[in-house]
Amino acid sequence: MTELTDLGVKAIRDGVTGGTFTAREVAEAFNAAVAAASQLNAFIVTTPEHALAAADKTDAVRAAGLPLGKLAGVPIGMKDLFATRGVQTTAASHILEGFKPQYESTVSQNLWNAGAGMLGKLNMDQFAMGSSNETSHFGNVISPWRRSDGGNAALTPGGSSGGSAAVVSGRITPAATGTDTGGSIRQPAALTGIAGIKPTYGRCSRWGVVAFASSLDQAGSMARDVTDCAIMLEAMAGFDPKDATSLDLPVPEWSANLSNDMRGKRVGIPREYRVEGMDPVIDALWQQGVAWARDAGAEVVEISLPHTSYALAAYYIIAPAEASSNLARYDGVRYGLRELPDHAGLQDMYAATRAAGFGDEVKRRILIGTYVLSAGFYDAYYTQAQKVRTLIARDFERAWETCDVILTPTAPNAAFALGEKLADPLAMYLNDVFTVPASLAGLPAMSVPAGLDGSGLPLGLQVIGKPFDEQGVLNAGLAIESRAGFSAKPEKWW
Amino acid sequence: MTDYRIHGATGEWEVVIGLEVHAQVTSHAKLFSGASTAFGAEPNSQVSLVDAAMPGMLPVPNRECIRQAVRTGMAIEAEINRWSRFDRKNYFYADLPQGYQISQLYHPLVGEGRLLIEADEKAGIAEDKWIGIERIHVEQDAGKLMHDQHPTMSYVDLNRCGVALMEIVSRPDMRSPAEAGAYIRKLRAILRYVGSCDGNMEEGSMRADVNVSVRRPGEELGTRTETKNVNSVRFVMAAIEHEASRQVDVLESGGKIVQETRLFDPGTGTTRSMRSKEDAHDYRYFPDPDLLPLELEDDFLAECRASLPELPDAKRRRYIDALGLSPYNAHVLTAEVETFARFETLLAETASALGKSEAEAATQVANWSLSVAPGVLNALGSEANPAHATAQAQASILKMQAAGEISGGQAKEIFEIVLRTGRDPAEIADTEGLKQQSDTGAIEAAVDAILAANADKVAEYKAGKQALFGFFVGQTMKAMAGKGNPGVVNQILKDKLGGG
Amino acid sequence: MSIDRATVAKIASLARISMSDDELDRMAPELSQILDWVEQLGEVDTSGVEPMTAVIPNHLRLRDDVVDADPLTGGGRRDAVLANAPAAEHGFFGVPKVIE
Ligand SMILES: [Mg+2]
Ligand SMILES: [Zn+2]
Repeated sequence: MTELTDLGVKAIRDGVTGGTFTAREVAEAFNAAVAAASQLNAFIVTTPEHALAAADKTDAVRAAGLPLGKLAGVPIGMKDLFATRGVQTTAASHILEGFKPQYESTVSQNLWNAGAGMLGKLNMDQFAMGSSNETSHFGNVISPWRRSDGGNAALTPGGSSGGSAAVVSGRITPAATGTDTGGSIRQPAALTGIAGIKPTYGRCSRWGVVAFASSLDQAGSMARDVTDCAIMLEAMAGFDPKDATSLDLPVPEWSANLSNDMRGKRVGIPREYRVEGMDPVIDALWQQGVAWARDAGAEVVEISLPHTSYALAAYYIIAPAEASSNLARYDGVRYGLRELPDHAGLQDMYAATRAAGFGDEVKRRILIGTYVLSAGFYDAYYTQAQKVRTLIARDFERAWETCDVILTPTAPNAAFALGEKLADPLAMYLNDVFTVPASLAGLPAMSVPAGLDGSGLPLGLQVIGKPFDEQGVLNAGLAIESRAGFSAKPEKWW
Repeated sequence: MTDYRIHGATGEWEVVIGLEVHAQVTSHAKLFSGASTAFGAEPNSQVSLVDAAMPGMLPVPNRECIRQAVRTGMAIEAEINRWSRFDRKNYFYADLPQGYQISQLYHPLVGEGRLLIEADEKAGIAEDKWIGIERIHVEQDAGKLMHDQHPTMSYVDLNRCGVALMEIVSRPDMRSPAEAGAYIRKLRAILRYVGSCDGNMEEGSMRADVNVSVRRPGEELGTRTETKNVNSVRFVMAAIEHEASRQVDVLESGGKIVQETRLFDPGTGTTRSMRSKEDAHDYRYFPDPDLLPLELEDDFLAECRASLPELPDAKRRRYIDALGLSPYNAHVLTAEVETFARFETLLAETASALGKSEAEAATQVANWSLSVAPGVLNALGSEANPAHATAQAQASILKMQAAGEISGGQAKEIFEIVLRTGRDPAEIADTEGLKQQSDTGAIEAAVDAILAANADKVAEYKAGKQALFGFFVGQTMKAMAGKGNPGVVNQILKDKLGGG
Repeated sequence: MSIDRATVAKIASLARISMSDDELDRMAPELSQILDWVEQLGEVDTSGVEPMTAVIPNHLRLRDDVVDADPLTGGGRRDAVLANAPAAEHGFFGVPKVIE
């Protein structure tokens, strides 16, 4: 018999619903996996009692013969960016250490309503700022993956949803929530060989999600395959009157409408994504993806997204600008850390609290954001970046005239060793070069595992879709997934 | 000469004034959260997670606040911007949980408008004058700090935090404290007519930031200072007066005016500089990424316009043109919502009691409302219960007076009793003997007696001393203890004395 | 180098983050490098282009003027609001004394 922890979202849900096993058995199995995985440092807090309580509730509902939710009996990991009532929520920062929200984020509440339970709060890059999970106040997350060269170098799971990627790929949770501001779901999914989707901006409520960059932040699902991502996203998404940018649209039945048949679909290949010095392994995988798309019946067309090369620079103005303002609320007055040096006045308290409470990367971005918004620089930086953003969005609009989805690599490289890129913030930023444009345009996009590099490390392909067309993205993802036949998983060493 | 000038040691100076008025929008809930706006609650009891800027909280705008600001804009004949945006004004302070105030800098909801201040000889305003209004934007109020509750701490109460404000920014069009006072009074009246702000300055519903500069008449604008949060008309005028003469003193002694923020001290009537940080003015405004642009639809705007009441200027014009009131009476009756409301109710009631048109009754009702009734009320002082002064009761008094049943004096006496007791005026007139005698028989008898007793005077009158007519009237009235109907008395006297 | 140490110190003070001399020395070249890099945006011809306002075609929704309609966005929950406060006294948040 396969172990319960080998099962994904759909298999667990169907098994619990069909009575093959109980939700409690599932929760206990995953609680044990969580407890055994502390070496990965993927959780900031574990919540076995939450998972058990949700499981018992599901079992009781089933025993009573009442209808079960989409995620009945599925225990998940919750990125620590989501506020969870009574459970410490820190965004992996020192400044929020000990903070226990008196409220539940809309997305996590939706998940509980669908029958899911929480295994714990997942480590991440501090305030979701980072691409390697090395900016957490609670230490690095270590990827379950190791290079096949026999070396034991600790690798990054990617970031910022690094804890989420690590636990899903390590079979420690069947699925996890992620958030994506510039690639924070897709890049770690690619680096750990799992699937992850960021829906259209506004699909998932931002209410109760610690804000990084409001015009970019989107929650999404991370799971072992496309189907599981679709099921979980259905539960997370939905209109929320508490978020003024929430889309007032019904949530489609994505999972019921999945198809890996791409006949009649046009797949766009943006020529500007073939960046100079691109790793040949990545390029080869991309070509393989093109072949799979053709095999699925799609027509492949070359497209142009001319402003692509400016996306990253625009992103690194807009996101820090919004962050510098969003993070102003962490001031030691109403919650979280307070540093009060002797004889400190109010403003001294702010400066001391924020100096002690924020990590280096967070400080860097706050300073960049403060600078680009400051008097005399606003138009040259911020306004110009928002204009370039308009041009990037227009590039996509034009592309949709000739294609239905766009296929690109997810990341320019496989997982790298922890510490490898830490000294050069700019080199780290370049990790998001392929994911940022879709974020700037608010488009749905996902990463699916597609192959391994020479060291046996996973690589992903990215599918970008039209606004509101998560179905097209998921179907293209499924077409690739079913042809790639990706089945590699990390050898358990922890 | 009504131009306001400061007479300095070196000559005359002109004062240039602009006002930024913060008016609390009348709404049940706050601008971006569902917490109550009610005044005077327990500290932090009207604070939502949103107002306290908990992590992950988001603003959703209150439609009513937008609607009231749009209606206000329409009332000052302003351009309404169908496309506006909210911006963040970033600064750190303990009364500002988000670390930014959501306001509107780049694209305000309401654009260019104007407001008329009326000529007021006594105040030194020679003629009617339009004051330009640059814009109205909508923004969040801040919380409150208390400094005197603890030896080493200030206490923060966020109840006000997030309450909707309209910031109404005038052009620097005012030239004297009197004009500034008239502007605020007029603005307050408009807000109250429209119902978009209760205008209660004591509770902080209206506060003004006063921008003042001085210059030699005809010269370029001087450097201005901004005196913050002045909360009464009187204080605004005092702040201007003090600030203008302070600036003149500085300039005349060779100094320079520093553009700065100042505070008004109501105790001393003076302004003083606020300690300002060097970065205090770098607010790093940018569009709030939590909110989309605010786009107004046709039917929303149409409803806003349709719901506007008759506004002060239109009402005043109607009182003069259609009701035939004097400009002064029209001005006074339309200055306050309560005043015109009482007047119009009484006018309608009286006109219908008399079976006349409102225009025919207006002058009598206006005189009663502006001088007679307030006189009686004031004289009675605390003995009066103003609640007894219903429109019905007053209309009944006015009707009796118009019909000649009671005299002016009797009307006052009856009203006095009404104010004390709430009794019915007609019943008072009957039972207290407060009615005029119109019975010609009784009056004739009284006249005959007077004429008989004053035969010498009758002879003088008939010989041409017409002025004695008043004497006969007075004697008759006296004999009748003031209850004779003067019209009837006059008529009978004329008849008896002959054409003279 | 687009920004120097003094500028970083000024921004840090504007952002209310106190910084040691060492940190300023370390941050200044890092921030400079990032800002030099983003300056490439200046190359893009954006004349006649409106800055992005809403990434997805969507209208700002407005809320009805109802008090406490949803407890999650309403008032009347002082305990929840003060629950995590480092210094809450008599129903207030306490901060170091402010002299205005
Ligand atoms: Mg102002
Ligand atoms: Zn203001």
